[in-house]
Amino acid sequence: MAIKNKKLNLKDKYQYLTRDMAWEPTYQKKEDIYPDERFEGIKITDWSQWEDPFRLTMDAYWKYQAEKEKKLYAIFDAFAQNNGHQNISDARYVNSLKLFLSGVSPLEYAAFQGYARVGRQFSGAGARVACQMQAIDELRHSQTQQHAMSHYNKHFNGLHDAAHQHDRIWFLSVPKSFFDDARSAGPFEFLTAISFSFEYVLTNLLFVPFMSGAAYNGDMATVTFGFSAQSDEARHMTLGLEVIKFILEQHEDNVPIIQRWIDKWFWRGFRLLSLVGMMMDYMLPNKVMSWAEAWEVYYEQNGGALFKDLERYGIRPPKYQDVANAAKNHVSHQAWSTFYQYSQATNFHTWMPEEEEMAWLSEKYPETFDKYYRARFEHWDKEHKEGRRFYNNTLPQLCQVCQIPVIFTEKDDPTVFSHRQIKHEGERYHFCSDGCCDIFKNEPEKYIQAWLPVHQIYQGNCGGADVATVVEKYYHINPGVDNMEYHGSPDHQRWLDIKGLKPLKSNSEKKSAA
Amino acid sequence: MSVNAISEYHAEPKDRVENFNGMQLLYVYWPKHLMFCAPFALLVAPDMTFGAFVDELLKPAVAGHPDSEKADFLNAQWLLNDEAFTPDPAATLIDNGIDHKSMLTVTTPGLEGIQGSAS
Repeated sequence: MAIKNKKLNLKDKYQYLTRDMAWEPTYQKKEDIYPDERFEGIKITDWSQWEDPFRLTMDAYWKYQAEKEKKLYAIFDAFAQNNGHQNISDARYVNSLKLFLSGVSPLEYAAFQGYARVGRQFSGAGARVACQMQAIDELRHSQTQQHAMSHYNKHFNGLHDAAHQHDRIWFLSVPKSFFDDARSAGPFEFLTAISFSFEYVLTNLLFVPFMSGAAYNGDMATVTFGFSAQSDEARHMTLGLEVIKFILEQHEDNVPIIQRWIDKWFWRGFRLLSLVGMMMDYMLPNKVMSWAEAWEVYYEQNGGALFKDLERYGIRPPKYQDVANAAKNHVSHQAWSTFYQYSQATNFHTWMPEEEEMAWLSEKYPETFDKYYRARFEHWDKEHKEGRRFYNNTLPQLCQVCQIPVIFTEKDDPTVFSHRQIKHEGERYHFCSDGCCDIFKNEPEKYIQAWLPVHQIYQGNCGGADVATVVEKYYHINPGVDNMEYHGSPDHQRWLDIKGLKPLKSNSEKKSAA
Repeated sequence: MSVNAISEYHAEPKDRVENFNGMQLLYVYWPKHLMFCAPFALLVAPDMTFGAFVDELLKPAVAGHPDSEKADFLNAQWLLNDEAFTPDPAATLIDNGIDHKSMLTVTTPGLEGIQGSAS
């Protein structure tokens, strides 16, 4: 047969190379091949309704990604050869990279594992291909982030063992347990958690702060990674919305299940983003915008429009959204207070804001900063200048679900912790909020097994009986070098050397309590 | 509700008292002193007296706070697991009804944190 047009159009090509790669099994029952597709109660009546927003085929995918990779690594090389780390705003900025490398890059890897698994579980070919591409994207992101930041490891401390630390350091159990929760759920909950709640609803609150933060602070390597990942992220976001609409359109019985997952994963995502909030408000020497402003734009406005759009499916905005919206004026201050006082056990440095940074915080948080936080920070600053840098010498109570210390306050009274407690089968459990307590009550068996770092230390499972041993031997943090106060640290000293500056008198007098 | 799983799902609590080598966990919250970012999680011997707990664990834990010297914890207002509670300083923690993973809340009237900011 003579072929008139040798080149297939995009739609046909997609059809041949994706949907037509699947087949109806005859030797085995479909339920046996895809055994995880039904137990969550989600009903899919017609997989062919799955829309593929990008109609990307694997051959085109490899081609695009290879092009992006080439450009990206050319810039990494140039960055390293030109000693790009010397052009950043201030060495305090590098601490946000330490947080990213140990807290976020391992999540990209966890996402890769998650999509690789669920991509096997769907009987619809369109969903399988979408998950396969996203799995490869996530693996690429994990890898390129590590390459983007590896240059800093040659010049600053604390970037040497992120993967090891992700599995051990107390606060890294927050991002780790978030993904473990999603990956140990069924395939549809995983997609609702990661594709929809995280990638669609909340991802701008993770990537924009970190990547704009890199741009504002002269970090060419990381900002170039950001550009290289942008088209992938756009694809992930679109998938997130398609997933949720597809499931909701398939059967009305799916609506209450999806609603419960949206409630859960919005709350878990919101809690996780506390780390990003403090990074934006406290760890970036050149500020992009405040956390409260970011929350208003990316959640209250964009999220508001999204949930208005989903109303027609019978979906309402996430439960406790009002609590999250009110908390935008508090969480970054509460989180930074926490890391400041437990900095003997963190893989990065902390510090008190400079005077002009305090003024910026007062301006951005007119209702809350001066009233609830300024006195605390000025007290700590004074203590530090007098040689008594404050460290909390106990361990904190952790939330059984999000694993963050119980640091958050009541919506209507920011002077009171929103602690909650329940008894389940004779054991007591403690939570940071109603949101986390509800998640526990829905699936208690899942969370009674939580590996809570504080409790594990007390049980003797973390290599030593005292915090100093745990930090050094189990976390692989080099005490007094990787952790504690920034001023007077080796990183600080190196930065002054790079800039040809002598330590300021007040700084040289500041002692790190090592 | 319970976990919706593909097969029978059984899990053990990770933090049973047996796992703490004879000790138990005790959480302590000092309201209006949020400079301490969260309630303390302390490892305590169940047969320690309440008085010893205040002197040997609580006081060192709060020593970094400017209000700590003014705080009279034995004559303060206590809650045990959110219920009113009058501790007996001479009795052990367990005899005071303080079991594993209990939460004590101690309010010291008149002390409102750094410059009255509840910090």
